[in-house]
Amino acid sequence: MAKPRKRVVSVLGGSLEMTVNVAGKGKPLLFLHSAGGFYWDDFLDELSEHYKVYAPHFPGTAPGRPNDIEKVDNLWDTVIAYEDLLDALKIKKCILMGHSFGGLLASELAAQRPKAILKLILIAPIGLWTEKAPYSVWNWCSPSFEEIMDVLFYDKSHPAVVERMTPPAKTRAADQWTIDFIWTLGCTAKVIWPIPDKGLKKRIHRIGCPSLVVWGEDDKLIPPIYAEEFSRALNDSEIYMIPKCGHEPPLEQKALLFNKVHPFIQS
Amino acid sequence: MKIACFHLMPYRDLDDDFEKKYPSSWFSLPFSEVADRQKVSQYFNWTLDELTFAAESGFDGVCTNEHHQNAYGFMVNPNLMGSVLARATRGTDTAIIQMGETAVFLNPPIRVAEEYAMLDAISEGRLVAGFPVGLGGDFSYSYGMAPMEQRARYYEAHDLIKKAWTATEGFAWNGTYYQLPMVNIWPQPFQQPHPPIWVPGNASPSTWDFVLKHDYSYCFLTYFGAKGAKHMVEGFWQRAEELGRDRNPYRLNFLIPVGVSETDEQAEKDYGHAAEYLYHKGLHLPEQLLAPPGHMTHSSLTHLITKRPFPPYDEFKKMKFNDFNDKDYVVCGSAKTVTDRLTEIVKTLNVGHLMILPQFGSLSHEKTMTNIDRIAKNVLPSLRGIWEDTSWEDKWWPSGAEKKVKQAA
Repeated sequence: MAKPRKRVVSVLGGSLEMTVNVAGKGKPLLFLHSAGGFYWDDFLDELSEHYKVYAPHFPGTAPGRPNDIEKVDNLWDTVIAYEDLLDALKIKKCILMGHSFGGLLASELAAQRPKAILKLILIAPIGLWTEKAPYSVWNWCSPSFEEIMDVLFYDKSHPAVVERMTPPAKTRAADQWTIDFIWTLGCTAKVIWPIPDKGLKKRIHRIGCPSLVVWGEDDKLIPPIYAEEFSRALNDSEIYMIPKCGHEPPLEQKALLFNKVHPFIQS
Repeated sequence: MKIACFHLMPYRDLDDDFEKKYPSSWFSLPFSEVADRQKVSQYFNWTLDELTFAAESGFDGVCTNEHHQNAYGFMVNPNLMGSVLARATRGTDTAIIQMGETAVFLNPPIRVAEEYAMLDAISEGRLVAGFPVGLGGDFSYSYGMAPMEQRARYYEAHDLIKKAWTATEGFAWNGTYYQLPMVNIWPQPFQQPHPPIWVPGNASPSTWDFVLKHDYSYCFLTYFGAKGAKHMVEGFWQRAEELGRDRNPYRLNFLIPVGVSETDEQAEKDYGHAAEYLYHKGLHLPEQLLAPPGHMTHSSLTHLITKRPFPPYDEFKKMKFNDFNDKDYVVCGSAKTVTDRLTEIVKTLNVGHLMILPQFGSLSHEKTMTNIDRIAKNVLPSLRGIWEDTSWEDKWWPSGAEKKVKQAA
């Protein structure tokens, strides 16, 4: 497995530093993580064999920099920070991919700077809303850890899920793992609380690039009906529903996901 | 020593197997399924009757508080209750202690400045202005604001309210969370420069620092009993010393459920069910709901996870009345036992304002009235003199409530 190197770049006129994990060679691919935080999994690893993967930590979630979240007050600040990030990394055009909360950010960034995005891949993104399928931060912030395991996954005994979701054995490391888990939820929630319907519907029309909307058929966190909502709102999109998969396709159905995403980017 | 009567206004008739049927008594508990509207109407009136009776019986003040979307205590607007109490006690020296309307739940928060000023006017200067930071779940789940904003909004709301109370002319407020073009409230408070400010908290060091810096009175509200409170209260007094504040006991308020019976043996019969109901049903609350992610600062979260200063809430379910009573989670017994134990608690913790909860859990109106009567007649007279032979001055008591020396009924 590749070991991404960390690069720190300055955004928001120097008031915020963002930490970016970088690995691989090829076309730039910016990956925006979910409210679960950055995690270098097999999916990203395989992508890095074909692309230069940039995976930034959301402000406040990079190791040792919890208070960076104070530098962004709202979603607008956040989108501008990510737009600055493209410039700081000297990325003129890239493939943009976001998962869940990262899917919202990716959509916003693509709407903010549409010409910079070659292809957009949204994996179970939040950001749109229909009364047919209400959801809110309550879905992922209020459950206990045991409850969220049942909500997030189709099969919580999947080896990749177990590896990702099992805290370290040693007390100190386990405590830090728990702190990081809660803090990351808190940082990401800050800009979308209480319902992540923040006006994307009025901006999403600006996205012109080909887009792929991926959803686990068994997603109990964000209803799969939103695949259609996103697809309808995007100019040029296709939907890929993944069987036997919850809210975390990169963990539960990595091969199916990669085998769809890679040709989509190449097409 | 000042002793006030506190009320949570709980739902008193939850089913025996309530906590097995519902995941939480907070936030998501369906009112229409669980609650009887006739009973709820009765509870609000009983609560007002009980607090009014406490005032008539000799308590120095009456306390209301604010929580939302739960069966534990749903006095959602304490100022509505405080307004009735202010009028019902007109002409007396009963303090109206609002613990309190929570500024960050309202937008703009000058609504609290205005309502408190109204209460201060109606009560002719008997208002204590409670300034709770507010429960994280109330702020974020019930009232929809991001957990990470709560403390920053609180500090800003506090500064805005203080300025609105004391400004001699209108001003523009350009804050991070609130922007107002012309702040010029009518009325300003009756008390000058403003009513005494008490800040409730649950042993958060950042709240201690805020309280001590501003020279306010701190109200320690804990579910874990007076014995468990000792080391945390010591932390407060140590911090006070570090920040150059004296050990004036009136800086500290302590809340505790109290039940007085004819004998210690009888107390279990009178209050056993009510105490277990409070802890098993009222506090049937998955811990993560109390403080949504981001509510605590990173350092407070780190402290909580690595030091685990509180026992898990699940522990309550394993405890029975005698455990609660032995550990001073509640103080129940004969008048002598209760007096002795409260005296010990007050002296140990160095508390100048005691807030007694004579109604808790399922305790009926009738038993509550009897309890209030017994506390007022048989306990308060012995407690009231505790700090009398010291030179400490109560700088945090409303000026309108200092008219005459309080006598037990």
